[in-house]
Amino acid sequence: MTLFWPDGPGDSLSIRGTRVIDPVRGIDGAFDVTIEEGIIVALEPAAEAARGLVLAPAFVDPHVHLRVPGREDEETIASGTAAAAAGGYCAILAMPNTDPTVDSAAVLGALIELARAEAAIPTGFMGSISKGLRGEELTEMAELARLGAAGFTDDGHPVVSAGLMQRALQYSGVTGRMLALHEEERTLSRDGQMNEGPISAALGFAGWPSVAESVMIERDCALAAYERRPLHIMHLSAWESVAAVRAAQARGVAVSAEVSPHHLCLTDDTVRTLDTNRKMNPPLRSEDDRQALLEGLRDGTIACVATDHAPHARHEKDVPFEEAPFGVTGLETAFTALYTFLVEPGELELGLVLERMSAGPARIFGLPVPRIEEGERANLVLIDLDATWRVAEDGFRSKSTNSWLLGQKLRSMIVKTIADGRVVHAA
Amino acid sequence: MAETAHLRAATLEGEPPPPSRRHLLAISDLNRDDVERLLGTASTIARSLDREVKKLPALRGRLVVNLFYESSTRTLSSFDLAAKRLSADTMALRSAGSSVDKGESLKDTALTLAAYDPDVIVIRHPHIGAPVIVADATHAHVVNAGDGKHQHPTQALLDLYTMREALGRLDGLHVAIVGDVLHSRVARSLIEALALVGARTTLVGPPTLVPRGIEQMGCEVTSEIGGIGDADVVYVLRMQQERMLPGAAFVPSLREYAAEWGVTPSRLRSGQVVMHPGPMNRGVEIDPRVADSDVSLITEQVRSGLVVRMAVLYDLLAGGPVEIRPALAVA
Repeated sequence: MTLFWPDGPGDSLSIRGTRVIDPVRGIDGAFDVTIEEGIIVALEPAAEAARGLVLAPAFVDPHVHLRVPGREDEETIASGTAAAAAGGYCAILAMPNTDPTVDSAAVLGALIELARAEAAIPTGFMGSISKGLRGEELTEMAELARLGAAGFTDDGHPVVSAGLMQRALQYSGVTGRMLALHEEERTLSRDGQMNEGPISAALGFAGWPSVAESVMIERDCALAAYERRPLHIMHLSAWESVAAVRAAQARGVAVSAEVSPHHLCLTDDTVRTLDTNRKMNPPLRSEDDRQALLEGLRDGTIACVATDHAPHARHEKDVPFEEAPFGVTGLETAFTALYTFLVEPGELELGLVLERMSAGPARIFGLPVPRIEEGERANLVLIDLDATWRVAEDGFRSKSTNSWLLGQKLRSMIVKTIADGRVVHAA
Repeated sequence: MAETAHLRAATLEGEPPPPSRRHLLAISDLNRDDVERLLGTASTIARSLDREVKKLPALRGRLVVNLFYESSTRTLSSFDLAAKRLSADTMALRSAGSSVDKGESLKDTALTLAAYDPDVIVIRHPHIGAPVIVADATHAHVVNAGDGKHQHPTQALLDLYTMREALGRLDGLHVAIVGDVLHSRVARSLIEALALVGARTTLVGPPTLVPRGIEQMGCEVTSEIGGIGDADVVYVLRMQQERMLPGAAFVPSLREYAAEWGVTPSRLRSGQVVMHPGPMNRGVEIDPRVADSDVSLITEQVRSGLVVRMAVLYDLLAGGPVEIRPALAVA
């Protein structure tokens, strides 16, 4: 078991006359859904569906920074999972780049206990690949996996040493858990603040070139092929990276990939605002890169949308761009941003987005795939596609407000989230 | 000139713009008419400085704060004197020895200064966008005196002024900017300013010091020093010693840089003029024989700096045509 939250009874409710979309089962039609004690007991065709409402499998986010332990001023397990519930998620995985790092049974055990006490939805924890994220020695992955680590990553840092990366791949055969990689060749990205290109040249920012990501992906795909082990590449940002993953998959390498909503919706042109909520790692890239990411998501090269929800204290973002930390929040706005900027304008199909936010990530990390089927536990999100709302600083469940969407008007709203049989959010 | 709303417009779609207040944060805040007006004002002011009493009363009772987070000789002294010549009160704050040393954030320093109700805050800061933070946090007009590698708009204006005084025109002029463009806010402002007035720009330098994609700002790029041959103006950038530190390695050595890209008498043709924003590394980017020759406009640039900065302060606070009247009442 790799997901943890407080024990409790399942809820009973029925959701009548709603458009139900389950991309995994190929369902799209009007149904009445009945849930008893957390189990879907009836899925029956309905005469007509309420306007604008869609019921879909709830979302899974494999890339969240909950900041616990160490930065509870920015996020806690309670606040981060409440944000996830409000965003339509039924499960999330938290990153281990905390203080201290999640690199020992003691730290992981404490987090699991916290999640069992205060998580609003089922929550899993990634352990680090290397002790202290230093890239020198492997963590005790077998013990961590047995205790419940959902996978391993040094997110925020690349695994610099190819030798250590090879050992981690070999050892992943013992744990059976996925390795998720932040790909960045630091002698190329250096002190880069944004994508290297015409915009960084004009603004004077040090550039973080796209090739710094893709050369590491090429290296790690080669190692994964050699070791015949699966690999997951986090937050793709560049067209070269999509091409590298696609080519490796074509060669038979078991490599999966994720992309964030902000990389799908924005380009580096927006950095001209000098808004520190446009600063993320990897950085926002060009329109060609964005188009390649969209194509990768459509053709399945990228199987998964992940928010990389990265809360930061307001005073740490309220500084000149170069002094600000990388990262933006995203749990509460992921679907609505994709719907507003990509589905409504016709760049992505609704069903595809729903699949890449739910079954896609669940399969990669071996989590239960949310399905709308009789006998299944209810993991559901009810969305009002016709609703509009404005993203405001005082509206977040997250303790941080460093959203790239502040002030924006969004279309669609998460009305209800049911996670593991319990209603965890109701607007 | 720019209004506070400028940079926020792209982020807060649908929000009403904040009350307008003029700043000079970047050359992109200006249009061609603004540049013409500022250069014209500077010319008028320059004539007034020929008088025995060089002080004008225009900004009497106004407060100009110079907030400098980086060392500066010519820019700070030039702004300070410009404000004094316009009869404004001035106050200089440097990062060393202030609460900035104690870790105070830029925003908090700006809020503290705002309590004195300054009319203008002139800021130099090592980081891009710092003047925007000051503009957002105070009610003052903000002038960017250099923010990281981003912009140094008054330098570009004084360079345009110097070129026009020396060559009589800007439209159609060909300017070669030589050297470390990558780390140069002077270059970025100047490229934009030259494009605004219809001049042509060629960047000349080692590929490691010319950022990828900069040609999209509307200039040509070459790594051949011969590229300065066609130019009317050869604008030499400072080659910073710290770029040669181990690990930086933008060029193999200053010796090689000087040999390949140094501006020497033999690389110039007659009729060309040479400019440099200072401080110079004689013998590296510029041969001392060039720096000290008749073709050098370097001291003219410093003199232009004073009148152009007076024009900027005057334009922000007083607007309208300059009234040339010595400030006899000022002791």
